[in-house]
Amino acid sequence: MSVKTEPRPESAPRSAIGESRGERLRRLFSSRIASAFAVVIAVLWTIPTAGLFISSLRPEDDIRTSGWWNVFTDPSFTLDTYNYVLYSTSAGGGLIRNLINTVVITIPGVIVPVVFAAMAAYALSWIDFKGRNLLYIAVFALQVVPIQMALIPLLSFFSKGLAIGDMTIMPAWELHGVNTIVQVWIAHSIFGLPLAIFLLHNFMRELPGDVMEAARIDGASHSQIFRKVVLPLVTPALASIGIFQFLWVWNDFLVGRTFGGGEATRPLTAVLGDMAGTWGFGWTRLPAAAFIAIIVPLLVFLLLQRYFVRGLLAGSVKG
Amino acid sequence: MGKTRRLMYLATATSALALAAAACGAPDDEGEGRGEVPDAAQDCANYEDYGSFDGETVTIFGSIRDTEADEMEEAWSFFEECTGITIEYEGSGEFEADMKVRVDGGNAPDIALFPQPGLMANYADSLVPASDEVTALATEGWSQDWLDYGTIDGTFYASPNSGNAKSFIWYSPAFFSDNGYEIPTTWDDLIALSDQIAADGVKPWCAGFESGGATGWPGTDWIEDIVLREDTDLYDQWVEHEIPFNDPQIVAAIEKAGEVVTNDEYMFNGVDTISSTPFQEAGYPILDNECAMYRMASFYGAMWPADTTVAEDGDVFAFRFPESDEADNTMLVGGEFVAAYSDSEATEATRQFLASELYHNARLQTGPWSTAHQGVDPSNATTPINELATEILTDPDVTVRFDGSDLMPGEVGASSFWTGVIQWVDGSKNAQEIADDIENSWPQ
Repeated sequence: MSVKTEPRPESAPRSAIGESRGERLRRLFSSRIASAFAVVIAVLWTIPTAGLFISSLRPEDDIRTSGWWNVFTDPSFTLDTYNYVLYSTSAGGGLIRNLINTVVITIPGVIVPVVFAAMAAYALSWIDFKGRNLLYIAVFALQVVPIQMALIPLLSFFSKGLAIGDMTIMPAWELHGVNTIVQVWIAHSIFGLPLAIFLLHNFMRELPGDVMEAARIDGASHSQIFRKVVLPLVTPALASIGIFQFLWVWNDFLVGRTFGGGEATRPLTAVLGDMAGTWGFGWTRLPAAAFIAIIVPLLVFLLLQRYFVRGLLAGSVKG
Repeated sequence: MGKTRRLMYLATATSALALAAAACGAPDDEGEGRGEVPDAAQDCANYEDYGSFDGETVTIFGSIRDTEADEMEEAWSFFEECTGITIEYEGSGEFEADMKVRVDGGNAPDIALFPQPGLMANYADSLVPASDEVTALATEGWSQDWLDYGTIDGTFYASPNSGNAKSFIWYSPAFFSDNGYEIPTTWDDLIALSDQIAADGVKPWCAGFESGGATGWPGTDWIEDIVLREDTDLYDQWVEHEIPFNDPQIVAAIEKAGEVVTNDEYMFNGVDTISSTPFQEAGYPILDNECAMYRMASFYGAMWPADTTVAEDGDVFAFRFPESDEADNTMLVGGEFVAAYSDSEATEATRQFLASELYHNARLQTGPWSTAHQGVDPSNATTPINELATEILTDPDVTVRFDGSDLMPGEVGASSFWTGVIQWVDGSKNAQEIADDIENSWPQ
């Protein structure tokens, strides 16, 4: 975090202008006032989460009768709520099952779209075929379709199949119970693909064409170029898209709830709200349950945060 | 990289440790009033008539969750074992929204437990009417008032499941007897008693209408209780929208409820705290004699703090909401209705079982529950308050009316009525104004 003060060279190349702008921003943001301001914001924004965490460790009766800040004058902690929420056999607990469901949903829900998006993005940026741009624009335009609009048609596609008039194009899938997790994977993949393709395409487009040409002259096929040249170069982009998709799938509520087949596939998020019971009386379990739900994304974010910034910049800043 | 990796190991180790620490000793789930499935319902001989369905699955979707769902599943566990049907139950807090998505998407459950007959009527086209057997069982089990709520356009679709008695006022028996207060039987007595308690320096009433996204519903129950006791026909007309919501009689009823609810002399902590007090905890001051009465349904018996005795000679109990006219005998009720989207034989067998005396008796004994099924013995209920509720619900002399806000269209019963009540207790609008607003929101 050292502040550089060297003067800008007179005839700077294009990239240096961007850099110096960055320098100026950096200087502004690392001033003392800005830092103090950032700390205040950070503290303010962390208070609710801290409160949630403290609440999750308090005994049920305490949560019910007093606010979490009372813990400083009258400290009492217990892991009972976590124990109940995770391992209870009752319908109001046993989150460990849903935690596993979420993991099982998330892994293919991230790998499948990222793999497909990488291949599609390569094809759209480096393979010449007719209608390539049209196809790319179509994919890009798909991002505009809100997920809520596609829910019922897609669900009906799975449960009733597809038929035009009397002609059945696609029979109903007839999936039940735990098998419906396939529907959840597919739904997550197709909802995640447009953005992933768009971002990866922009990233791959920026790769130097000379490299591809050289590889092609050496006799490499498209699949070889993709595997041996492009993939290693776009790994950071893949990582950041993977992280975004991971967060989106992990935190998803609607897709898992709509396409899953009941208890067997319900993700964490879908159970969270229902944990309080029919009359909302068990709300004291929610802090612990919520914390279990956020701990994994939080870890992912803290450990991989530098990829986030890259992911945010990928495709947005050029040159 | 090394630092990141070390951090990662540290984080993983910490979380693993935390999980393991939490795992020490499986939690024991003792709910209050949990019981056993009665012997008769454990005997497979009693299930022979339903037939045998090896490997068939029936999916049931409802709004019942948590321990109540456990107790319900326990009550039908022997049915599953003896008939071979596997019941997959799923409870959702977003029942109304989920139901719509599932039905529209062609993914409807075999059986749905509708807590609102009004909502059920929206799906009449996709529901399977009750078979002759189910109809016969239901006719035997429930009074006509209940059957009517399971009927859409003259066709009987759904038998009731549970029954909740809503017209109850919670109080502390000890506090009442220590001070020589009598349980009021008429509205005038109730007001006189409230005045007396207030004069003795205790706030007579507690109230709390906060309930997350459904904030306001406890207030609608207050108004429904009053309208029902003014005149049963008026109540029916009001719910069916044969008279407008802002009819002078309804406005008068809201104002009558306001004699208690919006009366700062009566209300513990003041009227302006009602909308922000969670209904689940709003009655607790009764335990400390800080307020004397709290109007809430029979299911509130399960919400008192763990060490509270809920009984006529215990810490708290409930009496029936007093009648405006002493000759009346009314009760506001709620409950679920068992509607089917599938006509498979396994579904049919399950519907017959859920309408049977066998199930209702078993469910009554697996946990705190009440039902309006005539065939059950109220004394089998696991808690005194549910015994009282079941006694009232199975009494043919009691006129029951379903919770009006559950019968009104969703735009009103689950939206403008709730907001209206909140504006009313917050003092931003009076009875006439909220009645006008609600009337305007009624779908044409």
